[in-house]
Amino acid sequence: MTDDTEPQQFPLPAILTYPSSKTPELITQGAEGRLYKTTYLLPSVPCALKYRPPKPWRHPVLDARLTRHRILSEARVLVKCRREGVAVPAVYAVDEAAGWLALEWVAGAPVRVGVNEWLRRRRDSERAAGRGGDAVVTGDAPGDADLVALMRRIAGALGRMHKVGIVHGDLTTSNMMLRPWGEGRERPANGHAGGQGDGLLEGEIVLIDFGLAGQSTSDEDRAVDLYVLERAFASTHPRAEALFSTVLESAYREAFKQAPIVLKKLEEVRMRGRKRSMLG
Amino acid sequence: MTKPTNTGGGPLIALGCEGSANKLGIGIISHDPTTGKTAVLANIRHTFVSPPGTGFLPKDTAKHHRTFFARIALAALRAAKVTPSQLACICYTKGPGMGAPLQSVAVAARTLSLLWDRPLVGVNHCVGHIEMGREITGATNPVVLYVSGGNTQVIAYAEQRYRIFGETLDIAVGNCLDRFARTLAISNDPAPGYNIELLARKGGAVLLDLPYAVKGMDCSFSGILGAADILAAQMRAQDKILETEGPGALKEGETRITPEDLCFSLQETVYAMLVEITERAMAHVGSAQVLIVGGVGCNERLQAMMGSMAAERGGSVYATDERFCIDNGIMIAHAGLLAYETGFVTPLAESTCTQRFRTDEMLIKWRDD
Ligand SMILES: Nc1ncnc2c1ncn2[C@@H]1O[C@H](COP(=O)(O)OP(=O)(O)O)[C@@H](O)[C@H]1O
Ligand SMILES: [Mg+2]
Repeated sequence: MTDDTEPQQFPLPAILTYPSSKTPELITQGAEGRLYKTTYLLPSVPCALKYRPPKPWRHPVLDARLTRHRILSEARVLVKCRREGVAVPAVYAVDEAAGWLALEWVAGAPVRVGVNEWLRRRRDSERAAGRGGDAVVTGDAPGDADLVALMRRIAGALGRMHKVGIVHGDLTTSNMMLRPWGEGRERPANGHAGGQGDGLLEGEIVLIDFGLAGQSTSDEDRAVDLYVLERAFASTHPRAEALFSTVLESAYREAFKQAPIVLKKLEEVRMRGRKRSMLG
Repeated sequence: MTKPTNTGGGPLIALGCEGSANKLGIGIISHDPTTGKTAVLANIRHTFVSPPGTGFLPKDTAKHHRTFFARIALAALRAAKVTPSQLACICYTKGPGMGAPLQSVAVAARTLSLLWDRPLVGVNHCVGHIEMGREITGATNPVVLYVSGGNTQVIAYAEQRYRIFGETLDIAVGNCLDRFARTLAISNDPAPGYNIELLARKGGAVLLDLPYAVKGMDCSFSGILGAADILAAQMRAQDKILETEGPGALKEGETRITPEDLCFSLQETVYAMLVEITERAMAHVGSAQVLIVGGVGCNERLQAMMGSMAAERGGSVYATDERFCIDNGIMIAHAGLLAYETGFVTPLAESTCTQRFRTDEMLIKWRDD
């Protein structure tokens, strides 16, 4: 699907109307909020301000309850992840009544963007070589190593998050960023891709968007987390669907001791999904 | 069965039979290959309405469809001024839906196929809704919210399939509304959801507390139904107290629960959830168009909420009226004819039906965007 969302003109939240050295920039209209790039305390510290405007279509009582709850739970979960060493943006400031959360700016792009661009280039080069280009990605072709390595890093990040007792609640390839490797964030030794080397899928996985997250150590909740991502992945990047499940499972096992139980539950959750009776 | 040669390259005409739930619908559509225009020649429907407080059972529904099929088919042919020899194919709902009603209509469709010597085309009911919605509204590549008595899905097209981004984890939203209508013993005529909407318009003094259950692009309704049923029981207890002890007998500060406020609160909660999961899918795939299909899609409150959300994203909502969003035969004829035009037919031996048939199982050969 092509991007047909026009950049919109919105009134700024009050916090962004104070004089500052840089004008805040609307980066994207996410699923729930608007994300601005601004600075925090110093002009040299970039900051992501996630603003959840009132949703006029929602009953005001319900709207206020949801917004407040989600901002607070997102902040709480981010702080916990951070403390436990899971790669997420730091929380700078919160005002749940005004509807915003100020977060560390994460450089790079969402995983979805990298994967779609990678798949597009792959198809183009397949077509240039006279093939159909619609073939599914199996992971066996030498060029697929980048994608396999990326999926392994995703599974690793999820394993670490689950290990510290957090479930995300909205895992998609839009809700994880690929942050360029940098100081103190070296590419892991076994993470070397050895693929095409166009760097599209390079970077550290940083999980974001914890508005629907919560604390849970239930294997069922964890399995549902994986299931949600599996389905989001399959519908967003259909050609890489099969590869995703197999790679995810093996890497998740390596990252998380309790993985076998979760994966068993995942099988149950999948069955339930397939069996879900669908009446007209 | 042989594919009839299209005499003279004129419009192709198809008849569609739908009966996956309590509506029996027969529609006749024509596609003109030269102008690319689609014309609805007939769209006739007969609904099995069960008494208040009850739902429609498969056995009775199937009987209803069998009883009315010949009458409705004849009425459709007459309305369209079409003879069987002009038809290119007979389309029928292969699934998903309720077993017995699906079967009764599949048998009838097979009969027509043999009687008139026309090929069969089995159609996925959900794809029928989507294609008809796109045709009527002109939405080219929208995120689709499909909401009916049996389904709740958020769908977007990619690579020749309608892919399911989110769905209900338990019961469908329409089922939640229908069952709550039964709790309140609201009439099922013309539809329980419609009567809930009418009551809800009179409510709104308070928003009663109901659970809000969204998980990413998925959602769940059974907990909400359970909570609403409990509130309805509390309301009846209040009725009793007021009846025996007179006005003013309720506890200090206790909210008097009314059917209107219950319907209002239920609608506000479940529709907010639907708008939320749709918005999440729109953000994820980068689309600002949304198309609502399925019976619950007639609800004006849902349409208004969705419209406001889409406007905020710089897009708009596309919806159809009850002729097309409530189950009908024309959508089956339309989607079936689209498939037929790509060379697809369902051989008699394979003309079965199935209760489970996921939207993403059908290859959408007629789209290549
Ligand atoms: N800390 C951050 N740094 C940089 N970009 C971000 C950050 N957080 C979010 N984004 C970008 O904004 C988008 C929307 O943010 P997200 O937290 O997912 O909100 P929503 O709930 O509205 O989806 C993300 O997909 C990502 O592209
Ligand atoms: Mg997001």
